[in-house]
Amino acid sequence: MTSAEPKVTLELALAHGLTSEEYDRIIHRLGREPSATELGLFSALWSEHCAYKHSRVFLRTLPTRGPRVLQGPGENAGIVDIGDGLALVFKIESHNHPSFIEPFQGAATGVGGILRDVFTMGARPIAVLDSLRFGDPEDPRTRGLIAGVVSGIGWYGNCFGVPNLGGEVNFAPEYSGNPLVNAMAVGLVRRDRIFRARAEGVGNPVIYVGAKTGRDGIHGATMASAVFEEGAEQRRPTVQVGDPFTEKLLLEACLEAMDTGAILGIQDMGAAGLACACAEMPARAGTGMDIELSRVPQRETGMTPYEIMLSESQERMLLVAARGREAEVRRVFAKWDLDAVEIGTVTADGVLRVKSRGCLVAEVPVNALADEAPVYEKPTARPAWQDELSSFDPLALPAPHDLQSVMLDLLAAPGIACKEWVYRQYDQQVGLNTLMLPGSDAGVLRIKGTRRAVALSTDCNARYTFIDPRAGAAMAVAEAARNVSVSGARPLGVTDCLNFGSPERPEILWQFKEAVAGIAEACRALDVPVVGGNVSFYNETQGQAILPTPVIGMAGLIDDADSRCPQWFQAWGDRVALIGAERVSLGGSEYLWTRHRRVAGQLAPLDLELERRVQEACRLAIARHLVRSAHDCAEGGIAVALAESCLSGPAEIGADVEIASASPAHVALFGEGPSRIVVSVPDEHGHRFARLMEEFGVPSCWIGRVGGDRLVIRIGGAPGIILRLGDGRHAWRSGFARYVS
Amino acid sequence: MNFGVVVFPGTWSDCDFHYVIGEVLHQPVRYVWHRDTNLSGLDCLVLPGGFSYGDYLRAGAVAGRSPVVGALPEFVARGGLVLGSCNGFQILCEAKLLPGALMRNECLQYRCQSTFLLVENVETPFTRALRPGQIVKMPISHGEGRYYAEPGVLRQLRESGQIAFRYCTEDGRLTKESNPNGSMDNIAGVVNEDGTVLGLMPHPERAAESALGGTDGVLIFHSLLGSLVEDGSFLKG
Repeated sequence: MTSAEPKVTLELALAHGLTSEEYDRIIHRLGREPSATELGLFSALWSEHCAYKHSRVFLRTLPTRGPRVLQGPGENAGIVDIGDGLALVFKIESHNHPSFIEPFQGAATGVGGILRDVFTMGARPIAVLDSLRFGDPEDPRTRGLIAGVVSGIGWYGNCFGVPNLGGEVNFAPEYSGNPLVNAMAVGLVRRDRIFRARAEGVGNPVIYVGAKTGRDGIHGATMASAVFEEGAEQRRPTVQVGDPFTEKLLLEACLEAMDTGAILGIQDMGAAGLACACAEMPARAGTGMDIELSRVPQRETGMTPYEIMLSESQERMLLVAARGREAEVRRVFAKWDLDAVEIGTVTADGVLRVKSRGCLVAEVPVNALADEAPVYEKPTARPAWQDELSSFDPLALPAPHDLQSVMLDLLAAPGIACKEWVYRQYDQQVGLNTLMLPGSDAGVLRIKGTRRAVALSTDCNARYTFIDPRAGAAMAVAEAARNVSVSGARPLGVTDCLNFGSPERPEILWQFKEAVAGIAEACRALDVPVVGGNVSFYNETQGQAILPTPVIGMAGLIDDADSRCPQWFQAWGDRVALIGAERVSLGGSEYLWTRHRRVAGQLAPLDLELERRVQEACRLAIARHLVRSAHDCAEGGIAVALAESCLSGPAEIGADVEIASASPAHVALFGEGPSRIVVSVPDEHGHRFARLMEEFGVPSCWIGRVGGDRLVIRIGGAPGIILRLGDGRHAWRSGFARYVS
Repeated sequence: MNFGVVVFPGTWSDCDFHYVIGEVLHQPVRYVWHRDTNLSGLDCLVLPGGFSYGDYLRAGAVAGRSPVVGALPEFVARGGLVLGSCNGFQILCEAKLLPGALMRNECLQYRCQSTFLLVENVETPFTRALRPGQIVKMPISHGEGRYYAEPGVLRQLRESGQIAFRYCTEDGRLTKESNPNGSMDNIAGVVNEDGTVLGLMPHPERAAESALGGTDGVLIFHSLLGSLVEDGSFLKG
């Protein structure tokens, strides 16, 4: 081993984020002290980010199979069959820590990383979505973060050439030291042309392609597995720098090289870079790998083996080609002006051997790195605050006198208000597939050459998951599925991004355990498998954990693209119906936060069996062209849902509705609950629609008609809200922008 | 009519133009690689949108000096038509095949949105299927689309009818609010003196199917196809 490397001690191992037990385990496994490079490999591969040490025992309970699942968790991305010989590849991933340290590059490389996860499987990316959380919108630092994150996401996706189909932006003070940047990418692949990250075939060449390796991002995976203390900005050098142009070239070159048939396996070099790819690819195939680091294209001089192995320089891939066909691969990459260098070979002995100028610097069994990280089942404890939260009764607070101004406040709440300020900075149409632009419940893309379309959504209400992690997470799945269903699509698969605080705290791990259980329950009930995802722990700064935020990315399929459905009202005279559950609650509501700055109370119950029927009935009503619009009732309750149906379309249009309710007016209007959908139905289909709901046992009630230049909501016979569309528009359109411009 | 769609490293509207020309309009079309200088057999060359060579210098600056763009003056001189959209417009300005320059949007942000355009000149091969004063709808998607030209150049553009499209409101008024990037005189597209080279920031290929939100972009292609019929070299199929 080279003499330039520092001596490996327990202290050095601890400084790498390993525990002393883990260090002992490494020594035991190797039968000797690791070299510095080997220590680096273990610290990266055994980091929480790569090894899911604290989450694995819980994640095992998620349903991951289904007749359409072609690839579940464990690969670069999940894959579901969409018919016509095609499959959808998708995955969501967090880039929270880098984005807090350097918002623009952190968010940009988050998009870059998730795009690579999709095209490394042979798919052409067709959409990205982004789910964002920030701290107090009044805080000027928040404004800077939003501006940086949004322009970073836009810059990368726009330059790369992939449309952004939607997502979410929400706020809570708990995110002020730990914003969340979750990016989801979706790609399309022929089912018989899927590539996997496996190093097959002893003697085959291992080829490095793409950008050169530098010192950026060393130990990014380890950083993502630590909590922030003060001075996190000083970690800036560990944030990678993105180059979307090179990524675009890499995409085209990879897909073209895959077409030659010379490529057998390929993996993106993302977190933990070369180390991760060189360990995981042979581990999956039951092989080993010999590599020579002096052959790795480098853009800096004097890099040590440790640095080369752990660099997280972007826009790189590692691939295994069939021996004798290297030239075909090289020719394609040369056409796109990219490096393609043979750095090693696949071996039979299950060992990763790393040499530098012929000198052995690491020799580790690939399984030890990729499969033998410790799995922890750490203690969980229901937090003391749960009782306090659920015992709070929102009805003990005074009822508002002025429902009208509550309505305007809610429409202008930054979590509810129109996000055009965000998505107009993103290309939404490149690729010529976008049937539903951002701004409806789900983004919808056609699949060229077929009658089909896919609907995509990301959702999570973290107030709900804070109050009740299990029910809240189940509601996130239900809402994501509902958003896809109201667009006319049958939910096909979930990718989840589980953002939590430190799993070493029993209360946080309890939140995590409960949330995973909730996701599993809802996915089983709604028959949607989880095909991939990402866990992001340690979202804490100075002891303040974020709200538990299990973001659900959902993909759905519409068999006939012509029967997609928007969330906005379309025609005067249409009847308005509310279908689904009747129970709502102010617990965890936007109302309670906006008016009283409280996140507490009890959630309305989620009846998953009813949820399934509501969604199925709604999809059928759309497929049979019985409804002209369908919109999920979410934050802000039915009042906000109705206003959004009036305001969000290409042409504003009013409505006049009457809501019957036994509860106080503000609860009926702004109370929130799952399984509720507002639809508009042409007069002539009223009867058929009502019969369909009856058939499915879905409660349904006519509440009014579309038309006019106001939204009038009567309650108990009295006009509770009379909203002129102009006032509503102003509140809703400027509510978000006022914080950022 | 034979179309070519140029592919620079970093181009992303190439597939979209290829799809619209080939699959929607059923015209012969082929890709042209950026190092290719042989444009024989082509009647109209499209420079599509994207970030050619990454656009890390100025948008279009490197592509404006690429081999294929070097072959354009001769192509145009022998009767070829050139349509540059978005990055293609930026490249044509950088290559001095069109006057003026495209600068960073006034708002300093990228803009992807629908825009309305007032048709100013219907005497070009690209616009002859349009009516003067017609209002058409096409989306934009760019960060550097603010058209700038020296006052003298601008005057000449006006006088010689080289302004093809201007951003306007839905009812055709030329207001500041309808100008998405701060372009001088709301200019969205210009042609060369002969009217054989058109550059515009909007994306006509994204307005070619009603399912995707409009078909006004097709009018540009109809103009092109009709113009060749007149010359006798194209039979509408």
